[in-house]
Amino acid sequence: MTHTFAAQLNSLLAALILLSAFALLAQRKIMGLVHIFAWQGLLLSLSTAVIGYASGEHHLYISSLLTLGMKVILLPYILYKLVHKLKIHRDIEAVVNVPTTMLLGIILVVFSYHLTAPIRELSNLMTRSTLAVALATIMLGMLMMVTRRHAVTQILGFLAMENGLFFAATSATYGMPMVVELGVALDLLIAAFIFGIFFFHINTTFESLDVEQMAKLKETD
Amino acid sequence: MPAALDIAGFSVLLLLVLAVAAPLFRPVRTLQITLVFSLAAVASLAAVVAGVMTVADGSVASAAMTLGLPGLPFHLRLDPLAGFFLVVIGLMGFFVSIYSIGYVKGYGGQRSMTQMICFYTLFLAGMLLVVLADDAYFFLVAWELMAAASYFLVMYEDEKGENRRAAFLYLLIAHVGALAILLAFGVMAGQSGRPVFDGYTFDAMRTAQLTPGWAAAAFFLAFFGFAAKAGVIPLHVWLPEAHPVAPSNISALMSGVMLKTSIYGICRFAFDFIKEFPWWWGGIVLVLGLISAVMGVLYALMQHDLKRLLAYHSVENIGIILIGLGLSMIFAAFHLPTLAALALVAALYHTLNHAVFKGLLFMGAGAVLHATHERNMEEMGGLIHRMPWTAPLFLVGCVSISALPPFNGFVSEWLTFQAFLLSPSLPHPLLKLLIPLGAAMLALTGALAAACFVKVFGVVFLGQWRGHQKRERIHEVGPSMRAGMLLASISCLLLGIFPTWVIGWLDTIPEQLCGGRLAESAGKFGWMWLTPIAHGRASYSGPMVFIGILAVVAVTWLLLHARATSSRRVPIWDCGFARLTPRMQYTASAFSMPIRRVLGFLFAVREQVEVVPHTNHPSLPGSLQYRLRIRDRFWNWLYVPQGDAAYWIARQVGKLQQGRIQIYLLYSFVTLIVLLVFLG
Repeated sequence: MTHTFAAQLNSLLAALILLSAFALLAQRKIMGLVHIFAWQGLLLSLSTAVIGYASGEHHLYISSLLTLGMKVILLPYILYKLVHKLKIHRDIEAVVNVPTTMLLGIILVVFSYHLTAPIRELSNLMTRSTLAVALATIMLGMLMMVTRRHAVTQILGFLAMENGLFFAATSATYGMPMVVELGVALDLLIAAFIFGIFFFHINTTFESLDVEQMAKLKETD
Repeated sequence: MPAALDIAGFSVLLLLVLAVAAPLFRPVRTLQITLVFSLAAVASLAAVVAGVMTVADGSVASAAMTLGLPGLPFHLRLDPLAGFFLVVIGLMGFFVSIYSIGYVKGYGGQRSMTQMICFYTLFLAGMLLVVLADDAYFFLVAWELMAAASYFLVMYEDEKGENRRAAFLYLLIAHVGALAILLAFGVMAGQSGRPVFDGYTFDAMRTAQLTPGWAAAAFFLAFFGFAAKAGVIPLHVWLPEAHPVAPSNISALMSGVMLKTSIYGICRFAFDFIKEFPWWWGGIVLVLGLISAVMGVLYALMQHDLKRLLAYHSVENIGIILIGLGLSMIFAAFHLPTLAALALVAALYHTLNHAVFKGLLFMGAGAVLHATHERNMEEMGGLIHRMPWTAPLFLVGCVSISALPPFNGFVSEWLTFQAFLLSPSLPHPLLKLLIPLGAAMLALTGALAAACFVKVFGVVFLGQWRGHQKRERIHEVGPSMRAGMLLASISCLLLGIFPTWVIGWLDTIPEQLCGGRLAESAGKFGWMWLTPIAHGRASYSGPMVFIGILAVVAVTWLLLHARATSSRRVPIWDCGFARLTPRMQYTASAFSMPIRRVLGFLFAVREQVEVVPHTNHPSLPGSLQYRLRIRDRFWNWLYVPQGDAAYWIARQVGKLQQGRIQIYLLYSFVTLIVLLVFLG
């Protein structure tokens, strides 16, 4: 596998990741969202492995495996369990409707490319062109958090943002130091547990996971 | 003979030790009170000794302590100016501590004494440290110690909402002031030209070469800060709230002494640090002093609450002191050292006098409060029969504050007048014209103050008892309270009779601060005659006036009592009414009515008269109800709009808090995008 091939493969994976990010925005079923999230994790894992192979940074294999374990198996499993336990299979409601969200997403992608243009000029890594995709994934994740009303979608948006960050790290500098990556993985796991506990509490308090309900907590004057 | 600074240090240390040790004596209440306040009196006396020594020989002693932060040690310095204020604080500390032994015991068993005792000693120590401090850091630490301790003392009876509100207002204004002082020190230190942290000592500030703009910024920031503490109009609003609700011994200290620390600060900044200033600085100080004096006394006249009235008189007297200071600054700016010395001595003399007589009056008010449990003057009357000690002692305070000879208030106000009357020697035509107007306003202030105290003494001590409780239950206060008031009264008299000695003693301060001396010309004709500038201009002899008054009183008394039949006791003439009741007496609000009619536009006065018709004959009035409410206009003009503006801004900012998670996320998202757009 030559470098150019690896770069092209990586670009393809990046494109798929971006596609999955849009899919997250478009999907209306919660289970569907969890599946797409798992797919995104798989793509991320593959991309990390490819970069690791092409650049000779072999610790990226460990990152890749971690990603596979965490984001493809463990987290989706936890979310799957949660959704079943809390019986929330119905459609999710968006604050802004899906087509508008998609349009906003496209603007954000263009914006990301515009932002990373100077970095592309300066960098000589083979992954430099994918930095824009990483930034776009982060922004799309955030957009998802802003536009969705359901607590589980907020978490998925957050996790998608984390995916984007991870992707940015690998594409900009061939990954973070191992210690940092391990720490982040652990944090993510703990975050997932905490979210799970919070879901239960929110659900029992408001009898719903709609975060709009939480506006009741505001002090009125 | 130990050095003055050591004695002062001992005094502060003793007070701090007392603050720490007081809780140990908690089980034995009487012992705790007696012991701690006696020792506090000893410590105060030590401060007086140190101050008297320093002022008398004009010595300057300084020391750097090992306390403080590493590289930023605390500095102490005792020069005549600091020494003079040590005397003011110590003297009143001494009187009030003696007084407190009896006063605090009067609280009975219902509340903790330890709190009062600890904060009392800390308060005294804080005030002493303020004048001893020789660097900005230590000064502010001491300043805040003083403010915090007095806050807790104002809060002492904290179960009343009124007290909590007053204490909060006091703390708020004190902190705004402290902030301004901090900024002033910052300007001085920043402009001193020394490396970063060396500028914080007062020595660096003394030698700092400031541009006129920065000097003005430093002075007026400091002036604002000190004015907030001193209660200069319009920053006076906390005074009439905090003084009435504090225990009376604390009011005496706060009004008599604590306000004076800001006079010290202004002197320090103007004459010691900056030294060279344009005349208009003095002009502003003078004008604010005049406004405070006149408005203070007018507001005081309108009050029925005895302690509130006294609090407004503090505003007035701070105004009079500022008039002296302002004149002194004007004279100093035109390089007239002797005249500057005269005005400065007048201001400092009045500082000492006000401390003594205002302390005395607050102690007297405390005694009345202690005996009657009443602050409203309309509910008092005829107390001279029940309190034969308090009444004459209070009268001494009244005469002093009204600036009548032979007591001390007269001397210092007379000196201020002399300074006013010498203003034609100023080389500025505008000032020559305007300053005599100030003299007229000062005269008006004196007259109004006298009217006010005629009202106070007449309504509280003369006439018949108006209160609800039985008159027989009112008793004279105990010996320690009487002793405190008696000592203060004697000081009032001595300071009034022997001004020449006091001025001779004070002479080192103007010599160091504005390069002029006064004692030589003032004491030219011996201790009998006070001739501030030249004997041809004006002279006053305290002893002669005293002897004259004494002679007149003695002759009158003799004439009245020479024969047993020359005076008879008969029922009060009732003008033909069958039955006189106490309600037919002249009241406090009636007394101030004419002035309210003439100058009512200065206050927010609301008068309501309600006629309730007679039940049997509706055309006849059954009873009349008269309600009078007088409010401070400055409250509505200055403070209410500020408070409203703060609430409005808070409410607008509160709209950011939507309560919806998406909105909050949107805030961070938009912030991120905006930052990326502008910085990317």
